[in-house]
Amino acid sequence: MPNLNKTSIARRTVLTGLASCLVAGPVFALDKRTATLLVDQLVGEINAAIDSGMSETKLIGRFEGIFAEYADVNIIARSALGPAARTATPAELEAYVAAFRGYIARKYGKRFHEFVGGKIVVTGTSDRGKFYEVMAVTELRGSAPFEVAFRVSDRSGQNLFFDIIIEGISLLSSERVEIGALLDARNGDIAKLTRDLARLG
Amino acid sequence: MIERLSIFAVASLVMVVSACSPRQGAVAGDPFERVNRGTHAFNKGLDRTILSPLSKTYTDVVPDPVENSVSNFASNLSLPGKVVNNLLQLDLSSATRNSARFVLNSTVGLAGLFDPSKKIGLVEKDTDFGETLQGWGVAEGVYLELPVFGPSNLRDGLALFVDMLLLDPAGQILKPPVSEYRTASNMGAILQKRQIYGAQIDDVLYGSADSYAQSRLVYLQSRRFELKDIANDAYIDPYAEFE
Repeated sequence: MPNLNKTSIARRTVLTGLASCLVAGPVFALDKRTATLLVDQLVGEINAAIDSGMSETKLIGRFEGIFAEYADVNIIARSALGPAARTATPAELEAYVAAFRGYIARKYGKRFHEFVGGKIVVTGTSDRGKFYEVMAVTELRGSAPFEVAFRVSDRSGQNLFFDIIIEGISLLSSERVEIGALLDARNGDIAKLTRDLARLG
Repeated sequence: MIERLSIFAVASLVMVVSACSPRQGAVAGDPFERVNRGTHAFNKGLDRTILSPLSKTYTDVVPDPVENSVSNFASNLSLPGKVVNNLLQLDLSSATRNSARFVLNSTVGLAGLFDPSKKIGLVEKDTDFGETLQGWGVAEGVYLELPVFGPSNLRDGLALFVDMLLLDPAGQILKPPVSEYRTASNMGAILQKRQIYGAQIDDVLYGSADSYAQSRLVYLQSRRFELKDIANDAYIDPYAEFE
């Protein structure tokens, strides 16, 4: 009897642990192994999506889900907004980040659509001080492989990637230039930018 | 005499570029942005009215194997210049590789029209005088958008002319009509490249809110990546901004 009790306690502990993982997302401390694991999963999902043969529209929907799960879209969106993120009201910022989610998924969903017929393979991870950089290469038919780096951090409270660098070109840097230019063209009007982001990307 | 002149030109070039360059690690500024934007508008017009449509016609009309042979021919004749730069960088393994490619493709590959080297894994190690200067410690300097040639920086822009005028053995040896075939094949290679990277180029030039700023970013980041210029890794840490 005592034995059975012990087992059930142990099982309960495991189940509670699992449940808290599911609720709070990855609770493991970020290290080289967990960073690699995260990008392995992410790349697995991207490969499955581009291999599924679904239409570009469906693929983009799928990417929005993948981005929501693996990317710190909140910090990417705020950083892309530049100095204006400091002066915006919380409500303005919230609406903008929500519009940015769709915009970024459409934009990079289209880009990953170009990988159809190929796949991405993780090659290694390096500790870059405040974050980890997980390296990968694309294996594409009839085209030279290129390098993709995912930068992963836990500074949001969760293990998420905050930048994708394709052959040296950073998503975060490009979006900062792009969103900055879009905002300038609207005389710094964040509400107008938020409305227009719905049809951009 | 010409040789001595070349060495003098290169030496003074290095001094000029060094003097104008920001310190290593600094992000290249763009003090000529106004002029650069004017040049960008000109280049964009050139692409829209001539390069892009011509590239489409060329790649539609010319069969793929012919396009590839034209580009192979051009690329093969650029190899001796790359070997010179490999040697200036004391990179003997790349010099050997590029030389072996040149010999094999010029003979078995019928004057470079075909690329048998690639089939045995002998791929090109691309390089230029900009990379040589970087190896000698010259920083990239200010950003420049050159007419026709497009995005560049002070170091690599000047280096481009050194490569074309001084470090190109094929250009010094070849006589018409072969030199004319070469010029034509270089044009063909550019038209084919414009088509291959069409989606990405169109994205930057016609799909972005500020094509000048976007092409500057793409150029600087991909050039630094290509040259493994880690000192200039200016990627953003978004968390640091909000701490």
